[in-house]
Amino acid sequence: MNSNYAVPAVALVVVATVLVGAFGLRISRTTSDFYVASRTVGPRLNAAAISGEYLSAASFLGIAGLVLVQGPDMLWYPVGYTAGYLVLLLFVAAPLRRSGAYTLPDFAEARLASQAVRRLAGAFVVGVGWLYLLPQLQGAGLTLTVLTGAPEWLGGVIVAVVVVATVAAGGMRSITFVQAFQYWLKLTALLVPALFLLLAWQSDGAPRHAFEEPATLREQRVVRVDDSLDLKLEGPLTVTVTGTVDGRPHDRRLRLPAGTHHIEQGTRLTFAKGATVPAADRGTNGGISTSLAASREERPLYATYGLILATFLGTMGLPHVVVRFYTSPHGVAARRTTVAVLGLIGVFYFLPPVYGALGRLYTPELTLTGNPDAAVLLLPDRMIGGLGGDLLGALVAGGAFAAFLSTASGLTMAVAGVLTQDVLPSRGVRHFRLGTVLAMAVPLAASVLVGGLPVADAVGLAFAVSASSFCPLLVLGIWWRRLTPPGAAAGMLVGGGSAFVAVAATMAGFPRTGSLHALLAWPALWSVPLAFLTMVLVSLATAGQVPAGTAAILARFHLPEQLRAEVKA
Amino acid sequence: MPQHPTERRVVVTGPPRRERRVLGYYRPRTEIDEQTTLGHTYVRSLMRSQLRAALTVFAVLGLLVGPLPLLFAAMPDARRLEWAVLGFGLYVPLVLLARWYVRRAERNERDFVRLVEDR
Repeated sequence: MNSNYAVPAVALVVVATVLVGAFGLRISRTTSDFYVASRTVGPRLNAAAISGEYLSAASFLGIAGLVLVQGPDMLWYPVGYTAGYLVLLLFVAAPLRRSGAYTLPDFAEARLASQAVRRLAGAFVVGVGWLYLLPQLQGAGLTLTVLTGAPEWLGGVIVAVVVVATVAAGGMRSITFVQAFQYWLKLTALLVPALFLLLAWQSDGAPRHAFEEPATLREQRVVRVDDSLDLKLEGPLTVTVTGTVDGRPHDRRLRLPAGTHHIEQGTRLTFAKGATVPAADRGTNGGISTSLAASREERPLYATYGLILATFLGTMGLPHVVVRFYTSPHGVAARRTTVAVLGLIGVFYFLPPVYGALGRLYTPELTLTGNPDAAVLLLPDRMIGGLGGDLLGALVAGGAFAAFLSTASGLTMAVAGVLTQDVLPSRGVRHFRLGTVLAMAVPLAASVLVGGLPVADAVGLAFAVSASSFCPLLVLGIWWRRLTPPGAAAGMLVGGGSAFVAVAATMAGFPRTGSLHALLAWPALWSVPLAFLTMVLVSLATAGQVPAGTAAILARFHLPEQLRAEVKA
Repeated sequence: MPQHPTERRVVVTGPPRRERRVLGYYRPRTEIDEQTTLGHTYVRSLMRSQLRAALTVFAVLGLLVGPLPLLFAAMPDARRLEWAVLGFGLYVPLVLLARWYVRRAERNERDFVRLVEDR
């Protein structure tokens, strides 16, 4: 891919982010501005900001890559990301805003009057936030590597530095402008190339076999295998091999029988036109779209429902999502903002399936090279080529960087808020800046040191943990007056803790096959009910510890603002 | 009664309606503000109506989305249907559900304010 245009495009996005952030800096004067933009962000600006923040590397690159590799079942991801906002609207949006708290730990403390629950919630916020920051940094590394051949860690470092600079300098006020700007940038960066790609597809005779299974190659294609992998063949495959297959070196045309074959790193495979692209079984290896794939084949229905539950219920507990609701001026605005967000991210999610389908047509060999996430970046060059392809590719690359920057800044903001309030000694803007550096340093170190950590697992883990810890805390905290501090703590520990252990065990490769593997890889289906059940049962058992002010607090959560305003006056 | 003109010219300040409210004219408001049992009952009724609205929309969402994986598993040949529904078909219904809920929730709140303010 030609980097003559892509590098300036990425640089432009980075500079624009810093400039828009600096514009926010001029009007960000007070501590309240810093944390919650003084709660004066109107629904439209806030909705664009929330959407900009939410559409991460996983949405921009990951979904198309997942669809390319695993087919339309993976479209449940964007559906779940969107429906998660609907569930958030139904049960949480307005009361959460009316609670008047800054962060999730603030909410826990206000509702339950317990320092212990507050600290526990803070630990979960930091954990989920770090888990979600990792894929952003690794996605940035991948993009820069695909574009320029730069080392993997460089992209992550660039994103980390820019994010820390903008967040630490301007806080929430400047971030709001940055995020809103980046939503529109991301939409444009996917929409414009998609239109040209569809035109190219049309002039190509509008082939439709993208929807068939499995994907096939349209022309002879040489694939270089970057990481050793096991190839699962349903039937025999004729391929020209230059390299090592099944432990023996080859340099000729070869007919591989059905079964599993081990392909060594660095091998070149030349597929004939019309050949079926075989499925690679690489376990967990570092792409956004690989990893838990194997378990889906074993238990597709269970896995699909697990995915649906985790995304539907996990969205409300993502720290960078929740913190945005405090910036609405009141509960009614918080609700309307959420509807606008649903519309904006719904429009955006029309595009990744287009890239996924076109990727199955024009870049199916990416399933073998280990970088299916690069499909979105490579398609303009592959389908259009020339100057037009380069320019469109540059636009997509800029949009991808906007995705990493915006989500990473939102997460850093949320994690830094918790670190400043609960870990560092005193509150104030200077400590917030220290917190920002801390919030980014840990995931950056992890992404540089661990390198090939399975990224899809990190995202899935973040959603599953959030769905089984924060979802019960928020829903029961808002709607159930008999929730007690011990109940909330026990539910979060049992639900979130078991989800965490389950996915960590899967990542460590503990049970490789069977139903136990599926149960552990997609924990939401059992860990969410477990968390709710624990929270309810322990609360009922400790009924004497219902906080004294519960009735007044619930009244504050639910009473319309016009009643409250008059009470104060 | 003394008839001095100076005594008749007394300027009364402050909102007079507030006086009447304290005297029990707008009872529900006072009950809620002072957190009496009756006040809690009012808040509870609002919570119940809001929860009912949320659960209704949530149930519709479940009925809309829940059977889809089963449907797709039952019809493995209907790949194009799966692409169409998951790729493009669900976002508009989700936004419509959200708008429906917001309208209901805001109406519940308006009704509650009217009840409490006795208007």
